[in-house]
Amino acid sequence: MLRKRVIPCLDVRGGRLVKGINFESLRDCGDPVDAATRYAADGADEIVWLNIAAGEESWTALLRAVERAAETVDVPLCVGGGVSGTAQGRELLLAGADKISVNTAPLDRPALIAELADRFGSQCVVVAIDAARRNGGWQAHASGGRRPTGRDAVAWARQAAELGAGELLVTSIDSDGTHRGYDLELLRAICGSVRVPVIASGGAGRPADITAALETGASAALAASIFHDGTYPIHEVKREVAACGLPIRI
Amino acid sequence: MQVSGDPAVVAAAERLVLPGVGAAAPAMTALRGRGLDRALAASTAPLIGICLGMQLLFGHSDEGDIDCLGLLTGNVIAIDWAERVPHMGWNDVVGDGPPAVCYFAHSYAVDCDDRLVVARTAIDGRQVPTVVRLGRLSGVQFHPEKSASDGRRVLERWLAA
Repeated sequence: MLRKRVIPCLDVRGGRLVKGINFESLRDCGDPVDAATRYAADGADEIVWLNIAAGEESWTALLRAVERAAETVDVPLCVGGGVSGTAQGRELLLAGADKISVNTAPLDRPALIAELADRFGSQCVVVAIDAARRNGGWQAHASGGRRPTGRDAVAWARQAAELGAGELLVTSIDSDGTHRGYDLELLRAICGSVRVPVIASGGAGRPADITAALETGASAALAASIFHDGTYPIHEVKREVAACGLPIRI
Repeated sequence: MQVSGDPAVVAAAERLVLPGVGAAAPAMTALRGRGLDRALAASTAPLIGICLGMQLLFGHSDEGDIDCLGLLTGNVIAIDWAERVPHMGWNDVVGDGPPAVCYFAHSYAVDCDDRLVVARTAIDGRQVPTVVRLGRLSGVQFHPEKSASDGRRVLERWLAA
């Protein structure tokens, strides 16, 4: 049976692991390859790296880090942040990434999704959607959540899937960082509207939140701080989710 | 191990890995453009195709409606019956080896004669071939290189065979 996935998310800047709140007061937290290797050994089903700095230098450092990760991390690695064309996608895949995540670029130019899918296959194209509640629905935001686009997030999810996205990484801007649980209504709305797998993101504070997110129909749940802080090791979270009857790789 | 797109290197290799990640039509165009289709067919070395690499060993793929290498009899069809596509994540590989849970990421699957099939995986109620073998040719639909210790064992068995 296909297992539900638990995915730690690492913010990477200039090839270094960073942590911070709302991208403010970032501090260097070491080598992302070390962190990814540790998480994989602890049972992570996949690793997501988000490159949070723009610029040529940061991009090159990211590629070097992805190359090193591909040598030691034995679970899939999804890398996003700054991909706006197939050339960058190809660079990431050649460096050893298994999937490419895009967020702002396709909001500005949706055809990018089809270009990536035609070239590399849908299975390696992840469209990340940052959604904030508005007027009883959700609005998609660009640029790390800072720029509202006016697009309905559920309609955008549907369009992204039609264009060839193989997976949607859905982050609730309202829940992100609160540790009060995922936006389950948002997840239900999107899981019910598309046939591609959905990764839930934003708001995990304890293992029960991850279970609740996976019960909405999401195929995977992503979390950052609960793993980074060491409050809940990944294997412990997975055991608790499995104890609730969900299919999990232990 | 060496990564190469050179037919001469392929011809001289003792073992060959045809990796995945990609779409069938551009992959076949790239292989043909470099003469790698002929080099892979002419080689007598053990070869393992991974994910798309396994699919390319067969006759025809619905992904981009393209003829593939044709080294194994069978076709590649869209996974149109599953609740969610791509089939993405960790799933059971059940066959002649020890039970394994491996990582999959694919929207197409092989449809071939039972005699080629070494192990299968259930995708929403339908069994699809996920390990195939015939003579020197092997194929795995999952990514052993991304399947932690279970995947490592699959590769070790191939190297030992």
